[in-house]
Amino acid sequence: MKAAAFNYMQPKTVDEALGCLEQLGSDATILAGGQSLMASLNMRLSNPAVLIDINAIDELNGISVVEGRLRIGAMTRLAELEYSPLVSQHAPLITMVMPHIAHPAIRNRGTIGGSIAFADPAAELPACLVALNGQVVAQGPNGERRIVATEFFQDLFETALTDNELLTAIEIPMANENQRFGFRELARRHGDYAMVGLCASSDWSSDNLTELRLAYFNVGPRPVLAEQTASDICRIWPQVRNEMSLDQLESELDPADDLNASSAMRVHLAKVLTRRVIEEWLS
Amino acid sequence: MSDSLAVLKGDNNISLTVNGESISERVPVRRNLADFLRLDLGLTGTHVGCEHGVCGACTVRLDDKIVRSCLILAIQADGKRVDTIEGLSDDGHLEDLQAAFHARNGLQCGFCTPGILLTAAELIETHPDADREKIREFLSGNYCRCTGYHAIVDAIESVVHSRQKKRAI
Amino acid sequence: MSSHSENRWVLDRPNSYIGRSVPRPNAKRLLEGRGHFVDDIVLPRMLNVVFVRSPYAHARILSIDTTAAQSYPGIVAVVTGAQLAERHEPWVGVLKHLQGIVSPPQYAMAVEKACWQGEAVVAILAKTRAEGEDAAESVQIRWQELPVVADAKTALDPDTPVIHDSLENNLCWERNFAAGDVDQAFETAAVVVEETFDIGRHTGVTVEPRSIVADYQPGEGKLTVYQSTQAPHMMQNVFAKHLGMNEGDVRVVTKDVGGSFGIKVHVYADEFAAVALSKMFQRPVKFIADRLESFVTDIHAREHLVKARMGVSKDGKIQALEFDDLTGIGPYSMYPRTSGIEANQIVNLTGGAYRIENYKAATKVVFQNKNVMCQYRAVGHPVACLIAEGLIDEAARQLQMDPVDIRRTNLYPDDSYPCKSITGMAFENLSHIQSLDKLIDMMDYDSLRQEQSELRKQGIYRGIGLATFIEVTNPSPMFYGVGGAAISAQDGCTLRLDAKGNVFCATGVTEQGQGTETVIAQIVATSVGVAMENVRVITGDTEVTPYGGGTWASRGCGIAGEAAGQAGRVLRENILDVAGVILQTESTALDIQNGNIVDGADGDVLTTLEEVARVAYYRPDTFPEDFQSELVVTRHYVPRDYPFAFTNGIQASYLEVDNETGLIKLLKHWCVEDCGTIINPQLVDEQIRGGIVQGLGAALFEHCIYDAEGQLQNGTMADYLVPMATELPDIDCAHVVSMTRSSELGAKGAGEAGTAGAPAAVMNALNDALTPFNARVTAVPLTPQKILEALGTLSP
Repeated sequence: MKAAAFNYMQPKTVDEALGCLEQLGSDATILAGGQSLMASLNMRLSNPAVLIDINAIDELNGISVVEGRLRIGAMTRLAELEYSPLVSQHAPLITMVMPHIAHPAIRNRGTIGGSIAFADPAAELPACLVALNGQVVAQGPNGERRIVATEFFQDLFETALTDNELLTAIEIPMANENQRFGFRELARRHGDYAMVGLCASSDWSSDNLTELRLAYFNVGPRPVLAEQTASDICRIWPQVRNEMSLDQLESELDPADDLNASSAMRVHLAKVLTRRVIEEWLS
Repeated sequence: MSDSLAVLKGDNNISLTVNGESISERVPVRRNLADFLRLDLGLTGTHVGCEHGVCGACTVRLDDKIVRSCLILAIQADGKRVDTIEGLSDDGHLEDLQAAFHARNGLQCGFCTPGILLTAAELIETHPDADREKIREFLSGNYCRCTGYHAIVDAIESVVHSRQKKRAI
Repeated sequence: MSSHSENRWVLDRPNSYIGRSVPRPNAKRLLEGRGHFVDDIVLPRMLNVVFVRSPYAHARILSIDTTAAQSYPGIVAVVTGAQLAERHEPWVGVLKHLQGIVSPPQYAMAVEKACWQGEAVVAILAKTRAEGEDAAESVQIRWQELPVVADAKTALDPDTPVIHDSLENNLCWERNFAAGDVDQAFETAAVVVEETFDIGRHTGVTVEPRSIVADYQPGEGKLTVYQSTQAPHMMQNVFAKHLGMNEGDVRVVTKDVGGSFGIKVHVYADEFAAVALSKMFQRPVKFIADRLESFVTDIHAREHLVKARMGVSKDGKIQALEFDDLTGIGPYSMYPRTSGIEANQIVNLTGGAYRIENYKAATKVVFQNKNVMCQYRAVGHPVACLIAEGLIDEAARQLQMDPVDIRRTNLYPDDSYPCKSITGMAFENLSHIQSLDKLIDMMDYDSLRQEQSELRKQGIYRGIGLATFIEVTNPSPMFYGVGGAAISAQDGCTLRLDAKGNVFCATGVTEQGQGTETVIAQIVATSVGVAMENVRVITGDTEVTPYGGGTWASRGCGIAGEAAGQAGRVLRENILDVAGVILQTESTALDIQNGNIVDGADGDVLTTLEEVARVAYYRPDTFPEDFQSELVVTRHYVPRDYPFAFTNGIQASYLEVDNETGLIKLLKHWCVEDCGTIINPQLVDEQIRGGIVQGLGAALFEHCIYDAEGQLQNGTMADYLVPMATELPDIDCAHVVSMTRSSELGAKGAGEAGTAGAPAAVMNALNDALTPFNARVTAVPLTPQKILEALGTLSP
């Protein structure tokens, strides 16, 4: 199908973009990489009045280290993330995840800001951000604020961003040498949205596993940080092989049924993925 | 809000480079790049297979990177460089890939072929030592219904090898 | 001139192209993005048609208000189904040889009610597609929802509403066949295996969607239709007949087609509407089905629920095979081939590779409020193969017999021919045993079994699955013609020597990428004696080519190729007649080789084709008065001795299943296939591979999923899963050659064999892998969910 008509603006600065949002309110839709939005427009699933194209805002580019955090500009293309030495050094979990996101041509255009702001519950990067305890940097008429990932994703395609805010960057605590990361997803085909996925990070000091963060995706309307399951695993560590029961996952995850997997299947798969990530860490 | 920030509606002028040629056209704001290339410029080698961004038939190069032209607005290409299958054929960029595909019959109906060739070109440029598994992975976003991909992988692999040989000399 | 062959003149030609993997000349333009697809066509004053489609699976149209739509920018006209119905004759998808088949008349757009979600209801003619879609949103239709028939299993229940008032019930067709005494045979069988096979409907998903540009020219009263179709002559007949035009005033042109696989051999209501609209408004009309439309209107195929059983002796010999098939099509039987053929094939062909003496098969074809369903690559064979190959593997398991051995026990021995199957299928010459031997060797079966056994101990579950199959090719009029369809089983080839010694060739079959034009050129070049570069093949133009059938049922090479070879021989003779006169020699002492006239004995070049043409065309005054050169030759061919040229083959799948997740990794696939003489080995192998992959897609991923309200749940490229490069293995192909004596070339067909056997091979491999768990899956696609349910990990 062909998109319905809309108007279009292309601000050159964050301030200009904020001005558009202020003036247009809910009439405005931000166009970042367009890999989700344009498909939706082409199917006439959404009908925005005005597209605010933020691709020309230079301030939104760039990957850097700022005050001990890895700062990634919202418009950083997924392909840039994929091959960035800074990212592989300071946020290796993102590097692990990237090849599983869609396909090369999509990654050349799609952006991290777009993926986080769109908050598709089946997407990898939101769960990745939760696993890494990252933050979203947003700018609005009242200035800049930081929203921790677990508070940012609120409901199905709903985030903490207000209508007049722009997501400008993602900040991630830099990985230290005691940390381990894990990523597994199960998809019908490579690059598809996963039936279930797991982004995990943990701290290893001597025999203890601490700070275990298990962030599952496509298990509900937003990424789920399974805190109970994680603390149980840490408690019995390292005797996990025989004693690890993942039954708590059944109450922490509440996935929907869909055409690829029933709710029960998703929970089962989440357990399988958890075991496999743990197994990988043990070996 | 800045007074100088325009609201584009209806039809607008864009200027861009397509296959090395300077183009100025007036296009509807909502027209995507694939439709612009086909309808406004008559460059019909870029094909439309789904308009969801899934099949890859519409793949073109935008500022030297492969993208889905059905997911980009024509006005977003203003000031940029677009290369399509026709241009990349004529300037010889795809020559060894085309020869390999031809010899190995890495195409049947040809509808997915422009997208596949452009993707293959970027694959070899970014992964010059790609093995069969990597080739399949990189191609995983291009849908071909006719070949079953085996011949395509063979053709691309042969180009990887021949370019490796040339570099070794 | 008889085509029977002890005489294989064409295969003995010098400088022969037969058996050479020549690259396709017409691929070059496709590699440059310079193909000629229908959507590339822009004609003056051309309009785009956008259809408003029914959102309901079954609903009466109470009223349609198009006034708002008509005033949208760029809109030229808005036409309802009732308005269009006044301008054309409806069609009925029945054929006489499917006794008792019924279907109500179908119009181009819904008139009184819509019978499937997606059926076209209103047509909007607009300057651009986008403008048409804008206007479409404002068309006001008042609907009265009607009860939906969305479950084939209950379609014939007394309290299920009947979709069509003119019919008694929702039965389109049924067929019962019995031979031998199955009841007795089952009673005495050592082992009886029973299974239910549930095959989900799926569809073709051609990368180029259905595309048509109709150009009615009032000045001449002539209609030209540019269509992405497989059968231009059939379409010519249909457009003329249902628009009340003289067939001579209708021309159908088919250039490049972006994949068809049978999807594009049918008459689609919306395509016909586009043509009718062009005639109505007397200007070109273009319709390109977008992807969302394609999923709800391209024919679906293979929705079957089969309850089957097989009885075997303790030695594994099949005693009896019986099944009951239920297939749910759409609300109309497709035109003109009918939606009964797929079921008919299943009755005719199940178990056809094996000698079976007691056989009973029943099928019921029922109407539903879902998208229409009809022939798709390999028509019926994949289901037939799933049934027989699934049962025989289960029998092997119960007898603790190797699947190879049980097949060897039952396959027709290679010296059985000619013979007929229990359903009356006539086999000229097949090579099941030789193919089996070749496959086992090629895949190193014993090593794989060894590897499987060792990995099992490590908790890694791999499976090997075999599937033997037969495949219908080169159909005679027995397929459609005898039923009254204007579908030609014969085909023709016209050859013309041009003034510079080139050969122009026009053939009635068509090209969709399989290499039709190349293969025909190879045959022509060989038979005439010229280089391929000097042969130009034209296909897909009813104005220019001989009357033919187009490309379907793997007939292109076997039928049109034979006509081309015969035409080539006669053209060669005619050319040599001229050369003989010029050189004052007996024409029989001459030959044409490499574009030259040569001495037949020693190959010495005597003159060139160009010289012969020059004299014939510019200096015929130098010929004797009673001599007239005839440098245009047409020959036709139709197989006469066998209704179909059966081919055979066997495939194997090697896969690994993750028993915790249900995900399958296809490791490798093999196929040994026998299609008789192979003109271009690379092209044949690529047909096998492409066909296999369509079967693999069906086995693991593809399913048009409907809910109880007849709503398609997964009609996008993101939700309907087609196989992509990472999911697929490399595919090894090999051949046995059993030439048919029905033609000189000896070629059977090859286009569909891959699809016939692949789903069964994968299903058998999966069930082989699951043997340690005593689990089986016989519902296709074999999804992770179903596998985990079979394993008991999840409850169904």
